[in-house]
Amino acid sequence: MLIDRAEAEGLVDVAYAEADTPVGRLLVAATPRGLVRVSFHGEAHEAVLGELAERLSPRVLEAPARLDVVRRELEEYFEGGRREFDVPLDVSLMGSSFRRRVLERTAKIPYGATASYREVASAAGNERAVRAAGTALGANPIPIVVPCHRVLRTGGALGGYGGGLEAKRFLLDLEAGRSPLAPAG
Amino acid sequence: MASARSTRVNLPPFQQLLDRHAGEVYRFLAASVGPVDAEDAFQETFLSALRAYPSLRHSSNLRAWVFQIAHRKALDVHRARGRSPVPVETVPEQAVAAGGAGEPALWRAVRRLPDKQRTAVFLRFAADLDYAQIGQALECSEPAARQNVRAGLATIRKGWARA
Repeated sequence: MLIDRAEAEGLVDVAYAEADTPVGRLLVAATPRGLVRVSFHGEAHEAVLGELAERLSPRVLEAPARLDVVRRELEEYFEGGRREFDVPLDVSLMGSSFRRRVLERTAKIPYGATASYREVASAAGNERAVRAAGTALGANPIPIVVPCHRVLRTGGALGGYGGGLEAKRFLLDLEAGRSPLAPAG
Repeated sequence: MASARSTRVNLPPFQQLLDRHAGEVYRFLAASVGPVDAEDAFQETFLSALRAYPSLRHSSNLRAWVFQIAHRKALDVHRARGRSPVPVETVPEQAVAAGGAGEPALWRAVRRLPDKQRTAVFLRFAADLDYAQIGQALECSEPAARQNVRAGLATIRKGWARA
């Protein structure tokens, strides 16, 4: 098969696949370094692929085998049986070093726990950059796996979420063991 | 950063190229080299394209570019046959109906044309490329592309009249 030969020759710079989940069909993409992008159905997948071609490499190919591990882990996560993801990440779409630090701190928030935007900003080294932390989380290229849904407003309000607030609530309920109802649509 | 990006060519994801052109490139190759060698030539075409893709300096007419590579791969097959003749006439002709016309004898006639004429005729009538695109695929001028189509058709008509 063409895709197998392309993989064997190391010609697939960005491999992608789709994964069906209770929060909609996700697009998952990886470089040889690791998982680089997860996007919700709300973002047109075609536009996301165009962005990957522009920012990483135009050698973007559908290669589901390369995404088998992360797709299986997502499935286990949504079944409630997985609390952490064990896939290497490629952080090259995370932007500035502050944004990267915000997301690195976010990745350390344990399953089922939450933190406030201020706490995350502070942990990333700038307590006053709450708004910038919110922007970094909003631009998280690897949601769910880097759990930006665990970051809430001080006082517990949901704040925002790239995948929509229903998805955010769904993920928080799932992790809290409150059998979540699948979001409509 | 922004200026570096604006000077770079904006190429679509390779998968898009594959999705849009795989079918017609396969049909071109089946018509050009026959169904037995078409699969391998098809893979070689898209592997070559994938290798060269990031260094492309333009993103216009990617379709003609892919056909240019497919044409070269077809030449490779024909040349290899020249060195070690393959009994072309014994391939199962019905599979060539992948050429689209349901008229295997016609495609057999197209396949016997000289290299450039064969590709030109197929690209014009089966893939519906215009002469400028055919010229790009054949790496020749637009008038030369037109001339190759005309000459190819004349040869086929002569053969048809004789048959």
